[in-house]
Amino acid sequence: MTYTYEQAVIEFDPVMGIEVHVELNTATKMFCGCANEFGAEPNTRVCPVCLGLPGSMPVPNEKAIESAIRLGLALGCKVRDSSRFARKNYFYPDLAKNYQISQYDEPTNYDGELEVVLNDGSSVMIGIERAHMEEDAGKNTHVGGTGGIQGSDYSLVDYNRGGVPLVEIVTKPIEGMGERAAEVARAYVATIRDMVRALGISDGRMEQGSVRADINLSLRPRAEDQASVPFGKRSETKNVNSLRAIEAAIHYEAARQAELLAAGEAVVQETRHWHEDTKSTTSGRSKEEAEDYRYFPEPDMLPVEPDPAWVEELRATIPEHPAKRRARLQDEWGFTDLEMRDVVNADAVALIESTIAEGASSQGARKWWMGELARIANERQSTLEELEVTPADVAELESLIDAGTINDTLARQALAGALAGEGSPASVVKSRGLEVVSDDSALEDAVDTALAAQPDVLQKIQDGKVQAAGAIVGAVMKATRGQADAGRVREIILARAGVEG
Amino acid sequence: MPSLDRDEVARVAALARIDLSESERDRLSGQLSAIVEAVAKVSEVAGNDVPATSHPIPMSNVHRTDEIQPSLTQEQALAGAPQKEDGRFTVPQILGEEA
Amino acid sequence: MTQTVKASGVVTSTATEMAADLASGERTSVEITQAHLDRIHEVDTDVHAFLYVNDEEALETAASVDEDRAAGKDLPALAGVPIALKDVMVTRGMPTTAGSRILEKWIPQYDATAVRRVRDARMPILGKTNMDEFAMGSSTEHSGYGTTHNPWDLDRIPGGSGGGSAASLAAFEAPLAVGSDTGGSIRQPASVTGTVGVKPTYGGVSRYGVIALASSLDQLGPCGRTVEDAAMLHEVIGGHDPADATSIDAPVPGVVEAARHGRANGVKGLTIAVVKELGGEGYQDGVRDRFEEGVEALRAAGATVTEVSCPSFEYALAAYYLILPSEASSNLAKFDAVRFGMRIEKETVEKTMSATRAAGFGDEVKRRIILGTYALSAGYYDAYYGSAQKVRTLIQRDFADAFAKADVLVSPTCPTTPFRIGEKLEDPLSMYLQDIATIPANLAGIPGMSLPSGLAGEENLPAGFQILAPAHEDARLYRVGAALEAALASAGQVPLTRHLAGAES
Repeated sequence: MTYTYEQAVIEFDPVMGIEVHVELNTATKMFCGCANEFGAEPNTRVCPVCLGLPGSMPVPNEKAIESAIRLGLALGCKVRDSSRFARKNYFYPDLAKNYQISQYDEPTNYDGELEVVLNDGSSVMIGIERAHMEEDAGKNTHVGGTGGIQGSDYSLVDYNRGGVPLVEIVTKPIEGMGERAAEVARAYVATIRDMVRALGISDGRMEQGSVRADINLSLRPRAEDQASVPFGKRSETKNVNSLRAIEAAIHYEAARQAELLAAGEAVVQETRHWHEDTKSTTSGRSKEEAEDYRYFPEPDMLPVEPDPAWVEELRATIPEHPAKRRARLQDEWGFTDLEMRDVVNADAVALIESTIAEGASSQGARKWWMGELARIANERQSTLEELEVTPADVAELESLIDAGTINDTLARQALAGALAGEGSPASVVKSRGLEVVSDDSALEDAVDTALAAQPDVLQKIQDGKVQAAGAIVGAVMKATRGQADAGRVREIILARAGVEG
Repeated sequence: MPSLDRDEVARVAALARIDLSESERDRLSGQLSAIVEAVAKVSEVAGNDVPATSHPIPMSNVHRTDEIQPSLTQEQALAGAPQKEDGRFTVPQILGEEA
Repeated sequence: MTQTVKASGVVTSTATEMAADLASGERTSVEITQAHLDRIHEVDTDVHAFLYVNDEEALETAASVDEDRAAGKDLPALAGVPIALKDVMVTRGMPTTAGSRILEKWIPQYDATAVRRVRDARMPILGKTNMDEFAMGSSTEHSGYGTTHNPWDLDRIPGGSGGGSAASLAAFEAPLAVGSDTGGSIRQPASVTGTVGVKPTYGGVSRYGVIALASSLDQLGPCGRTVEDAAMLHEVIGGHDPADATSIDAPVPGVVEAARHGRANGVKGLTIAVVKELGGEGYQDGVRDRFEEGVEALRAAGATVTEVSCPSFEYALAAYYLILPSEASSNLAKFDAVRFGMRIEKETVEKTMSATRAAGFGDEVKRRIILGTYALSAGYYDAYYGSAQKVRTLIQRDFADAFAKADVLVSPTCPTTPFRIGEKLEDPLSMYLQDIATIPANLAGIPGMSLPSGLAGEENLPAGFQILAPAHEDARLYRVGAALEAALASAGQVPLTRHLAGAES
């Protein structure tokens, strides 16, 4: 492509609309009592209702309604006095009833606004059109070909996920962001993710699909009175499942559309699919079948009419805005802006908060999560949360160091043990025998051996080149496999050389 | 009111996933046009001031507590499946919806 | 020459009599159940009321009831009295087809709530009765498994969609049956077979496990040969069910007591209104005559009689034939060859679905699905579905006005006596008119009953009398129905099925 994202959004005005689906972490599904559980054996979390068997009927989950209303309130939405479920009719094998129960013209939450803080600390307000309840679909697995849907021989359907409660959050058109469009989109989705976690209504794991984004993007010509220019034709990029991919997908789509428009061609209004491997999108529908969902009020269920007093009770449970919370924590923890930004980008705010709650110092918590653990996560291409180490483990590690039981080198080994499933750092220290050697006679022996091996070093130290002692410290540490107290070793070397430290 | 001509019958039948033969399309077009003509009079009486009734007995807020109930076993779930494999329902090729 | 199916012996008793015989030890449930199974095997080749006969399990239930009774255990009122179930209700371990080929050989993994209640009442289930496919029809001619024949005249229709349940009662194959009524599917078959059928208030009987036709109209209800029998069954199947969000959370109305009260004390003090729009033109003379005699009988039993006008009823049929197909088009989308039922395998899933639905659904079902899909599709919603829902409001207002003037409303149930098989098959609109008097109750959610008004016309065929009451006032139907039944019985008109009892066919 000849256009870059930057060129595209300078030459054209990007307009976005973002739909985020949040999977709620209720115990049961939206309309039946089956467990809402990820990763079970196929078709073992299904019943007549979520399997769409003839005669079955849905009954909504009150906890899911509560979670949806809390999310709506957190997004600044109004809660409708009377809202309804509606059927969205379309045939697809993962949709058991061949209609999805959703909300249409009367969503529970509507007309909200969310503040999104960008990297430079500035913030933008994103208008929220609606946040409505619906059910998830099952999962198709494609057999034959390359494993994708194209070219597969047939498909297999598992309905465990069918009927899992979702809240779909739809923004109003996001205009006027210019070259910050992609950054804004990313920050918006990150804010929603942080918010649903803070609300405790979803695990917010994008990699497992608990938070998924569909990105609508269109470009329109630049003009002095930009607001008077009608929106261009948009593409909808589906299931963009990481923050990085959101930015990348917007970069790609803006450039693609700019190229078409610059060449005098039309952008087709269509669904597109994001490909993580090639960082590009492709057209999602092979057929020109206009979508006609034939929405109508779900006759098997009744209106949701929350008691205003209850809504006010729920409003009192809304946690502080994620950006405000971050600012408060940064202040409490004494992190620099740079440190805090790294922590946020590494998704470590909650981990560090928990680690501190377990008794660690803020700098200690940051040092381990952002240092050794971030390195290991990076190596394994996993997130920090996925590592087999808990905030309690990290806090314990720090207390072992503070007590002088281990040093940093040993701590890394204890951590490696914990990651390997050998137990908590304290038990790894015990089982691997990692305690610091502070017995002077053992250390003196080791120092003497090292000095004997490098006789010239002793002379150098005695000549005043105290830093030469480092070579002997290193040799002793190596000989004791890191278990020596390096400070004590140094003292012994200097004593042997008859030099004051 | 637009009539249900053969093309419209074909479009709607496709939406409803029902194959129709040529002769069925002809016959249905005639029958459905007559029915649509007969029922279209509903729009004559109902003005904007009349609210819609979608549920005959007014009720609201009938919900369920978030407690797990037993699910079917995999064997029960798949008992009626026309075709199955590895604990899942088998369907022929799906085309075109996702890449 | 009209071929009529006649019966004698234990099967001609009412359910109430059977319950009394069981309680007194006069008869055993095995004896009664076996008599009905024998009767089914004897006449059902002609009548074809049953799609599935549940011999073994019915006799097992009967034997266990007899055993418990012998052991002196407390038993529910209808324990041991056999029953037939319309094939629209899912039954665990028993095939359930809703009259459609697309569900041939499907064995449900669960029981409908009403089925569970019948089992809890310890009633032997004789089998599943025939119906128009997915309850779409007024004659059972649209069943995927052949037409049911009216026991009064085997060349005539038994009504529909619940023709199988009604015919099983008239043929004395079962003393009680459960039906479903979306626009008259309990009441119109009752009318044309000389039996009693009740559509309770919407939400009065759980719809959970009832294969949905039109969710906002469907209602299960009891069918019997007498008002009291229907009342007994009503109390078994009715009541709140948390699995159906639209179920009414209140105790079942005291319908048995109301029936007994009406039979003993008449309807003194009640005002009964004839609905002007549900009569007159299009109604067969004999049907009208019997209806008017019924009204006079109620007057004689103490009622004040008046007339009300419900002008919006003119639009009821039109609204119904938009709402029903629209909801049905969505409800029937689940029949897609993926999780259960028929599959015509093609190269893609879309083609498989379309081919299966083409082969598995009959003409009437296709007609209504396509009509409903059209009515909901983009650009037409407001004019069709939206307007129809508004007509529903107008009809509710008409009922509210009418019930301000009268305790119950009355009309003929169906404009005609049973027509000949095949007569209306090519003319759907004329078939739809069979339900013109029953549909308003479904649109408004109010309860309605049909009971025999007598034999009408040159052919001496059954005609029906409809009673409508305000929502939640189901008991009024039974009080008035039982009073009318008693009055007409003394005039020799009902229980109408007595005409079929007394001689073998």
